[in-house]
Amino acid sequence: MRLVLEKRAEASGRMAILSPIVAILLTLVTGGIIFALRGLNPFSALYVFFVEPLTTSWSIEQLIVKAAPLAMIGAGLAVSYMANVWNIGAEGQLTAGAILGSAIPVFFPDFQSPLTLVLMLSLGVIGGMAWAAIPAFLKNRFGTNEILTSLMLVYVIQLVLDWLVRGPWRDPKGYNFPKTIAFTDWQLLPQFQLIPPSIGPIYVNLGAIFAVVAVLALAFMMGRTLKGYELRVQGIAPRAGRFSGFSREKTVWFCFLLSGGLAGLAGICEVMSTVGQLQPGISPGYGFTAIIVAFLGRLNPIGALVAAFALAISYLGGESAQVALGISDKTARVFQGILLFYILACDSLILYRLKFIGRTPKLAEVKA
Amino acid sequence: MEYLLEALHVTKVFGTLKANDDVTLKVKPGEIHAFLGENGAGKSTLVKMIYGALQPTSGEFRWMGKPVTIPSPAAARKLGIGMVFQHFSLFDALTVAENIALAMPGAFDMKKLSERITRVSRDYGLPLAPTAVVADLSVGERQRIEIVRCLLQEPKLLIMDEPTAVLTPQEADQLFVTLARLAGEGCAVIYISHRLEEVKRLCHNVTILRHGKVVANVDPEKETAASLARLMVGGDIHVVKSAREDQRGATRLKLDHLRLPADGPFAVELRNVSLDVKAGEVVAIAGVAGNGQSELFDAVSGERSLASAAMLVIDGKPMGHDGVNKRRNVGAAFVPEERLGHGAVPGFTLSQNVVLTRHSSDEALVKSGMVSSGGAAGVSQRVIKDFDVRKGKPDPEARSLSGGNLQKFVVGRELDRKPGVLVINQPTWGVDAGAAATVRQAIVDLARQGSAVLVISQDLDEIFEIADRIAVISRGQLSEAYPASELSSEKIGLLMAGAHELKETPHAARA
Repeated sequence: MRLVLEKRAEASGRMAILSPIVAILLTLVTGGIIFALRGLNPFSALYVFFVEPLTTSWSIEQLIVKAAPLAMIGAGLAVSYMANVWNIGAEGQLTAGAILGSAIPVFFPDFQSPLTLVLMLSLGVIGGMAWAAIPAFLKNRFGTNEILTSLMLVYVIQLVLDWLVRGPWRDPKGYNFPKTIAFTDWQLLPQFQLIPPSIGPIYVNLGAIFAVVAVLALAFMMGRTLKGYELRVQGIAPRAGRFSGFSREKTVWFCFLLSGGLAGLAGICEVMSTVGQLQPGISPGYGFTAIIVAFLGRLNPIGALVAAFALAISYLGGESAQVALGISDKTARVFQGILLFYILACDSLILYRLKFIGRTPKLAEVKA
Repeated sequence: MEYLLEALHVTKVFGTLKANDDVTLKVKPGEIHAFLGENGAGKSTLVKMIYGALQPTSGEFRWMGKPVTIPSPAAARKLGIGMVFQHFSLFDALTVAENIALAMPGAFDMKKLSERITRVSRDYGLPLAPTAVVADLSVGERQRIEIVRCLLQEPKLLIMDEPTAVLTPQEADQLFVTLARLAGEGCAVIYISHRLEEVKRLCHNVTILRHGKVVANVDPEKETAASLARLMVGGDIHVVKSAREDQRGATRLKLDHLRLPADGPFAVELRNVSLDVKAGEVVAIAGVAGNGQSELFDAVSGERSLASAAMLVIDGKPMGHDGVNKRRNVGAAFVPEERLGHGAVPGFTLSQNVVLTRHSSDEALVKSGMVSSGGAAGVSQRVIKDFDVRKGKPDPEARSLSGGNLQKFVVGRELDRKPGVLVINQPTWGVDAGAAATVRQAIVDLARQGSAVLVISQDLDEIFEIADRIAVISRGQLSEAYPASELSSEKIGLLMAGAHELKETPHAARA
């Protein structure tokens, strides 16, 4: 009696939809077991973690704040992964965008006009693109593995950020804290009222709007345009892509610049809203979590938007679990890791099916 | 014991295809025995059964006079049968000794093994350093590892699958010395090849296979290369063509001393390939698989760029530097050998697959960067109707179609554009007879309407059916194109065996 994976004749559409749902359920069960092992009531703990964040208007606002960068980065990564370009370094591109955009308030603290906002956002995008250009160049020129180079560059730029805020860019009046000056007025993102006070009120900043625009634009690109067609062909059948006259090098550039630019935009939006200045911890790992978002969203930009909310809940749940249950907010990372593990495992069932085989093979045949 | 290995009335059936049909042959100890035949003659199937990788449908094998079944390659090795494959299975990152150790049954002592490797490899004239890392070795040296790996197990029968295909002439000479020595020690060698000169030079006995049957068992000393070629290709192909009126026009596709370096250890380098294809004619390139056909297709289609623009001229325009879409835009169309994954995206629907080759040449398909699904569906419906593509759903995924129907679609997609130049690799490979007839008729019709058609094929029957002129490719070199009516099967066989190849550096003196 043994269990084998058997290749399906064609991809199962049902499993493609079921896989993320099954993965989420398995994550909840595993999480419940972990809570129980720590001596907590698994049901109330899971409630605190996953349901409470949705119960107040303040926490829904926080949910959007967290989901926006995840959706923005996740949609860009989804497009890259669809084209078989593996950008794992969005966290670094996010940091690079945040640094370059922050150069404006650091060097010109008194420069205040709508142009400040536009410039900072543009520099954020350019910073992310520039950092993503390095693995793209290395891949095209030397054939390096972009998974490794993009990932390693994350740690490089994080140390650059650390050096900047402790050294040349430190706020002189900041009591030696590793921070730049606090951003003000046009150096911050404007906020909009999403739902009137009679019900909410719920405010969102410009970043959330960027995220929605980016997701819709990418969904349109993938579904309708020749560019999207090209990216999909290269991902599924590289040889056919070449036959179609599409350039692999250009695709690598395009995907890295696109996903890097979006990560950079998410980075500058973070420092221009939630954080309000440049400091060592500007992101709770959005760039890495967005990888999970891309997969949970089936490498579809719209799917990434939905998945971003699921992952945003885990961040908020981690925070409320820290307050209510006294456990580390790193628990959120554990949940995210478990979720990615289950998704990848369940995804193998799209192309394969599980089969029980009663008879063990003749040992003689194997050994012979 | 007179014979080491006997195959008696061995038949192997795959579905409806008889890959081996009542094959009987005998191999003596110490004999170098060649299996000669075209692609698909059944050589590989036969040795796979001897090596235990396949089981015969009927018939039996005798090993040293006793009937045996060989259930697996491991069992074959136990009997004393070793095999060196054409494509090696070595780990690049490991050393020679480590690679060999991986194949040894049971426990081993690395130091002793290294000593044995050094000794055996030196004794047989195949020097190998046990500590060398495979990644640093040439293809010839890698083949030595495979051979030494077999020799360490002291085989009684060694099977070599086209060993010289990847070797330089000097390396080949060295290999022949080794094989002759092995034979002298009583080890039998089964030598698969289609290179007649080699077979004549090296082998004691030749079994010639055609369409799965043994057609002759001869002594190579008493045969000429020409007579072997005739046996291999067969006298039954119809060489007489109904005379066509000469309606050739201007040259539409010209290859002028085209060169393309090999891009991998098993790839073929194209050297000085020159050919003119004129309006109104079908020119076919014959040859045994792996002699540069896919490289030639990549070079002509533009999937790989050429060193000089003048190497490839379409309708008078030098296009060697231009990519596949620019060549399509001047009226060329291409159909690759591999339908799924190259000519079509398996998981895309037929209408989506229309966009694959027509997005730059067909204005109705892409409007300001957006794919027109209506336009694609229109083309797809037209192709499906014109070429009688049979399918289950209105717009199915490419992979759900049968080989023949998908080929009709892939060919139809290009012919629907009325291309001025059509280049098609293996037009009817793995396609049922009905679809093959449709495709061949469409190719000939296109040429008669004034297009230039270049067909690359390994199927001689097909070539004689549709081609006006025939050239033969061998080791990346193309022969002159002869009018089909002037070519005899003997001449084609000789060309396939490399008679037109330029002789380069003289063979090294025998060691």
